[in-house]
Amino acid sequence: MKGYVHSLQSLGTVDGPGVRSVVFLSGCPLRCVYCHNPDTWAREESQLTDAASLAVRLVRFYSFIKKGGVTFSGGEPLLQAEFVTEVTKLLQKEGLHVAVDTCGAPLTPAAERLMEAADLFLLDIKMTTEEDYKRYTGGSLAQTLAFLDRLEELQKDVWIRHVVVPGINDSEEDILRLADLIKGYSCIKKVELLPFKNLCLEKYKSLNTPFPLEGTPPMKMDKLEKLEQILECSR
Amino acid sequence: MGNFAKAWVGFTLGDWCERIDVRDFIQKNYTPYEGDESFLAAPTARTRRLMAKLDAKLKEEREKGGVIGIDTETVTSLTAYPAAYLDKEDELIVGLQTAEPLVRGVNPFGGIRMARSACKAYGTELSDEIEKAFRFRTTHNDGVFRVYTDTMRAMRHAGILTGLPDAYGRGRIIGDYRRIALYGIDFLIEEKKKDKQELGKKGMTEEVMRLSEELYKQIEFLGKLKEMAALYGCDISRSAENAQEAVQWVYFGYLAANKEQNGAAMSLGRVGTFLDIYIERDIQNGTLTEEGAQELIDQFVMKLRMIRHLRTPEYNELFGGDPMWITEAVGGVGEDGRPLVTKNAYRFLHTLYNLGSAPEPNLTVLWSNKLPEPFKRYCARVSIDTDSIQYESDDLMRPRFGDDYAIACCVSAMKVGKQMQFFGARCNLPKILLLALNGGRDEKYNMQIGPEMPVLEDEVLDYDKVRQRLDFYMKWLAGEYVNTMNVIHYMHDKYAYEKTQLALHDTDVERVMAFGAAGLSVIADSLSAIKFATVKPIHDERGLISDFAVEGDFPKFGNDDGRVDSIAEELLETFIADLRETPTYRGAIHTLSVLTITSNVVYGKKTGATPDGRRAGEPFAPGANPMHNRETCGALASLCSVAKLSYDACRDGISNTFSIVPEALGKTHEERIDNLVDILGGYFDRNAHHINVNVLNRQKLIDAMENPELYPNLTIRVSGYAVNFHKLSLEQQKEVISRTFHEAL
Repeated sequence: MKGYVHSLQSLGTVDGPGVRSVVFLSGCPLRCVYCHNPDTWAREESQLTDAASLAVRLVRFYSFIKKGGVTFSGGEPLLQAEFVTEVTKLLQKEGLHVAVDTCGAPLTPAAERLMEAADLFLLDIKMTTEEDYKRYTGGSLAQTLAFLDRLEELQKDVWIRHVVVPGINDSEEDILRLADLIKGYSCIKKVELLPFKNLCLEKYKSLNTPFPLEGTPPMKMDKLEKLEQILECSR
Repeated sequence: MGNFAKAWVGFTLGDWCERIDVRDFIQKNYTPYEGDESFLAAPTARTRRLMAKLDAKLKEEREKGGVIGIDTETVTSLTAYPAAYLDKEDELIVGLQTAEPLVRGVNPFGGIRMARSACKAYGTELSDEIEKAFRFRTTHNDGVFRVYTDTMRAMRHAGILTGLPDAYGRGRIIGDYRRIALYGIDFLIEEKKKDKQELGKKGMTEEVMRLSEELYKQIEFLGKLKEMAALYGCDISRSAENAQEAVQWVYFGYLAANKEQNGAAMSLGRVGTFLDIYIERDIQNGTLTEEGAQELIDQFVMKLRMIRHLRTPEYNELFGGDPMWITEAVGGVGEDGRPLVTKNAYRFLHTLYNLGSAPEPNLTVLWSNKLPEPFKRYCARVSIDTDSIQYESDDLMRPRFGDDYAIACCVSAMKVGKQMQFFGARCNLPKILLLALNGGRDEKYNMQIGPEMPVLEDEVLDYDKVRQRLDFYMKWLAGEYVNTMNVIHYMHDKYAYEKTQLALHDTDVERVMAFGAAGLSVIADSLSAIKFATVKPIHDERGLISDFAVEGDFPKFGNDDGRVDSIAEELLETFIADLRETPTYRGAIHTLSVLTITSNVVYGKKTGATPDGRRAGEPFAPGANPMHNRETCGALASLCSVAKLSYDACRDGISNTFSIVPEALGKTHEERIDNLVDILGGYFDRNAHHINVNVLNRQKLIDAMENPELYPNLTIRVSGYAVNFHKLSLEQQKEVISRTFHEAL
């Protein structure tokens, strides 16, 4: 079958363990205010790609990524769960590890099958209250948490990710709430706080789309480190 | 071995005792080291004091615009200068090139004009005495220009051939400096005398007479080398008896070569494992500690960092940054499967911490997937911390060169003491394509250089037709190129023969002639554009094609796309086959490199617009790199493209420069090390030959902002995705730079 692939970044090292190739898929149910890939929202510019040929292309990087693997990102991979599952199985047949970078929605039967197939989920908990989630992403926190519950049942490895944006979710309370949300899950192997960076402005300009956080400064690393410590202590 | 009893005590004896065979000595005596870097020692107080002195000198040199001074009164040679020191008290390894640290000597043997203009460029003049002495003397440069044909001159003028060693030392020759330590000069002289005797039994053909005269010169200069060492109170007629002497004897050899020659790229070779044997013996004897061993290597490396040659501004344009290419090969694996990694491999790399990072010596890791894991990790760590080392595939070179080769210049493997190279600079492939389209006429200089044909009049370029023409002109170029090199090396042998370095080779040396190609990615993309898009040539008022209109997209080299990568592969196979059709001077083996140093900028300057969309005058990508901005699938895809180029077509090496920001290599230092090891391993698993690794710090980012063409792979990670640094606006780049700086604080 075919899927909408926005682009392929052959070398990625921060989306899952080891040296990885990252596939960016097109289409996303959310519109996060800090989104760095607005070019993946629409499918118009993406290429309709055959699952087998995508797998062949990725396996060509085997000598580099044999200890790392492949990460599906986007966009939202769950929107094309069936396609991603097919490519995942082809990659796993070649001995490659597969991770999925997702917000956990939509939780469809196809997404269930992907959940069973993939090796690791990078689950992005974008905001820590339902209200903020709705306000800053247009989606629902409950969906993400339901996805996490399902991963716990399946005992799939999960890395929680959380982009910290100055003035939006960078307070200690935010981080404490995050700690609270993810407490007790044995499937969670790692939690990563990612600093907001405002380097995507050019992308928005070229898409003629306003960037909601144009004036927001990048997250300061020393503050992020403090939040990391708070998170560590309260887990 | 009576004479050697003291020097060789404790060594395992073998064939090496009967005749010159350094490899046999190493194999029988070295101690492989499979552990990690934890044994390494910090610099001694003595080293630190000496380094402070050197740093002050280096600062002075920078402040004086790059040249601290020129001794315009003396013609450089082995014994032309008195013994000189940086600080006699603190120096364990002695010997300077001229009478004062960093002061450059004058070497007019390659060409008096070059020496004259170099002096002028730095605000001084050659002394009358030197001018007088060389008035009636033929230099290498004089000889070459007496024989160059009009076509050769035209090719040189138009920049089809650039950087030819016709006015300075050809370099790329690696003396086996280890022989001095192991055998002492007297034994080496005896052996050469025997060779000369034997040679005399043959009929006196031109070839025999030439070699016989060369042997005479070699023997004479071995004598001078002994005299030079005596100025420093050292008797190198005998072999070295301890580690300090071994390092010193090796350095004297290298120093003498640099007093005699000003070759571009005079490598040190592969001395680390050899010297480790002496160090191990002294440590076993209790006469040396690890601290002392590191001190010897630190001080040796300090001396190497002080080597200088006088160059002209034009030379610096081609080889930017005053490079010396004192290349030392580190690591590798032996033919018996034992890694050639010793503690000394670590000690050499460790100088980058003890003395601070520096481009010289050009430490080159011979990478094999069979290297001990801790060593691979240490190398990756050094790359990340210092950006100072490069990697080349031992698994590719060992089967072709054995396990005692070293690297001449950047990427050229040479069997140490057994092979020498005739350095051939490089030709400009995109210019040949333009020449082909214009029927042998150079579009920039409007000169007829190649065989004349009508300018292509087609409205749209047809791939097969263009290829046919290109093949014809490449064949023509190859013939002219080989013949030009023949002239240069005949004259270099005649007027500027490397007496010291070749005395440290076997008499019956194997020669290679190393041709080079620049602009591979430009010509591959240009042909891809002609094949897969619509390229309309634009004729100017002279009737020459000097621009192109390109409609539609086309595959570009650097994306692991077989459609264009195969064009690049094919071009190299064709070119080396073309070169092989013309016989070389002294039966040298034809080889080819894809390497540009920094001359990719000059080549670009001299080349008009190309069908790939590159504008007239824009730089080429360096070496075998894909053109920047054209790699849309990230670094691994780019590495895959370069790895496809055949090493057997390019036995002189395929250079790739890889630049990455630390953040894109992983989140933590340890993760970055693991990831870099995987990337290197993955790259070399695909039969790639060479990689320069830059893990860039702030300073590098600033440089990248000013020279984006030098950093084609520079990638940064921003929250959820990666971007090429050069794709960000200037303002954003500045922002990234300031943040990196804050992080460093």
